[in-house]
Amino acid sequence: MIAYVIQRALQAVAVMVVVSLVSFMLFNFVGDPVDNMVGQEASYEERVAMRDNLGLNDPFLVQFARFMGNAAQGEFGISYRIQRPVADLIAERMPATLELVIASAILSVFLGIPMGVYTGIKPNSWLSRTFLVGSLVGVTLPTFVIGILLIYIFAVAWGVLPSFGRGEAVMLGWWSTGLLTASGWKAILMPSVTLALFQMTIILRLVRSEMLEVMRTDFIKFARARGLPDRMINFGHAFKNTLVPVITIVGLNLGSLIAFSIITETVFQWPGMGFLFIQAVGFADIPVMAAYLVLVAVIFVSINLFVDILYFVVDPRLRADKTVAAGN
Amino acid sequence: MAENQLGVTRPHDLWNRVLDSDLFYSFTRNPIVVISAIVTLLFFIAAGFAPWLAPHNPFDAASLDLMEASTPPVWLEDGMSKFLLGTDDQGRDILSTIMFGSRVSLIVGFSAVLFSVVVGVSAGLLAGYMGGWIDAMIMRMADVQLAIPAILIALMINGVVAILLPRDMQVDMAIYVLIMAIGVSEWPKYARVTRGSAMVERNKEYVAAARVIGVHPLLIMLRHVLPNVMGPVLVFATLGLALAVITEATLSFLGVGVPPTTPSLGTLIRVGNNYLFSGEWWITLFPCVALVTLVLAVNLLGDWLRDALNPKLR
Repeated sequence: MIAYVIQRALQAVAVMVVVSLVSFMLFNFVGDPVDNMVGQEASYEERVAMRDNLGLNDPFLVQFARFMGNAAQGEFGISYRIQRPVADLIAERMPATLELVIASAILSVFLGIPMGVYTGIKPNSWLSRTFLVGSLVGVTLPTFVIGILLIYIFAVAWGVLPSFGRGEAVMLGWWSTGLLTASGWKAILMPSVTLALFQMTIILRLVRSEMLEVMRTDFIKFARARGLPDRMINFGHAFKNTLVPVITIVGLNLGSLIAFSIITETVFQWPGMGFLFIQAVGFADIPVMAAYLVLVAVIFVSINLFVDILYFVVDPRLRADKTVAAGN
Repeated sequence: MAENQLGVTRPHDLWNRVLDSDLFYSFTRNPIVVISAIVTLLFFIAAGFAPWLAPHNPFDAASLDLMEASTPPVWLEDGMSKFLLGTDDQGRDILSTIMFGSRVSLIVGFSAVLFSVVVGVSAGLLAGYMGGWIDAMIMRMADVQLAIPAILIALMINGVVAILLPRDMQVDMAIYVLIMAIGVSEWPKYARVTRGSAMVERNKEYVAAARVIGVHPLLIMLRHVLPNVMGPVLVFATLGLALAVITEATLSFLGVGVPPTTPSLGTLIRVGNNYLFSGEWWITLFPCVALVTLVLAVNLLGDWLRDALNPKLR
């Protein structure tokens, strides 16, 4: 197991080095960083001095090492567009994005799993069929179309929910939360549903197919022969055995929730990191783009690594297989 | 069948072979698939012949009349019979802009899929057939890229290349940049599929035979291995078209895709979205419906193709 974890960890480090390299090259070679910082009227001497100051004349590897060192401390320079440290901008926006992503993850897990279990146990009931047709819609509708439809129905036609922003936010130390005010709860409803719908359908379909498969196995038949109540068979025996793939997908999709939050945040003008990133792309604000890329990569890679390790904790069969394999 | 043994296939023989095939049988047995195929075909025709079929030319400024701007669809009050789905704020016919928009969306989608198929299949063939350090290098690259969602990669590439280009070229090149960005973001999937099949094919006798008579490895890959790995790639490419159309629409919706001068479905939705609050829902919702219908039809076709070509399910 240790060898496996080390191998995964090395891969994670490799991904991070590549992403940092890309982000570093963005920073240094796309456009001239000096031009972007000093404005038009700076003299040639000022530019040369600044170039020296920033260390842009150092060898490539020295610059890259310095970039990595700064990045590790959360230091990504000054935003070209807003003229403020990127680290501050991101720290301000991060709570909004994380609240949105976590709300969506909770929604998709707590709605997707029960629906998946139900459609797996009673595949032919009309409710199951409704869920499945609904899930087809969830897979097909692009995120932004779902958002637009919700805005049209709930904000324009009925006028019951706000169409943009995150309502009144309350500061808890440095963390600004929208979850302590009524307007904040109203505001997070539509964005989180929009973001959750796709993940929910994926979880539903996965749990369903896993349940259908498990229900055919011998140990379920044996449990029935023992006269165990249905509830115990369904949840104690069958559902437990679907957990490994479900945890994988939920874990990995937490990463894609962060990526897709870019779209949701744009539709609802949610003041999070994704919205910041899209604005940065529009204005060629390289420091913000580079910082976002590195940050998202860190989150992804950590989640992937965590999920890989979680396998061993959840599934005793994997542990057994590995020790047998190692013993041989 | 005398002709066939001579290697000549008459056209109507080919047609009969298509009619006799398992694939065609499974196609006709499945009404949803037939409908999806018809819908997809209608989209291709409407998009392909948009300049001739569209009731109006939405990009001919001379034909636009601001008096006709923001006309609702024909079945509502104030609707005009010459604008079936209404008009936008500049008096452009929505039906026509959707037809022209689908054209841009499909061109970008097809080109992006072609791009990722060419890159992915070449990489996968090389990796699977050659093995060793070439395999390790290509697949590690794919792994690194797969660790990050495709949409983010497409966004990044699109954003960076747009900055690198001189300002006056940005609008002209936008569509090519977009095709490349989407294409690059999807290649690892094709590389993985191709590599898997190529590794199986590599050990078969016909490849060994070709190698023994001294065929160049490149030629073995292209002439012998490639045709035998194209089945799964075709399925992936069909589903990939739906994905590419969605990705294009998403990027255009975010405002980093095709420029507003040649609007795609995504651009139409983004622009129309501004009028949602003033009650002109048709400007944005009809392009949404068109996009979803197209993607759903292509997805259903791809799902069917995957099951129909899967020997385990026969």
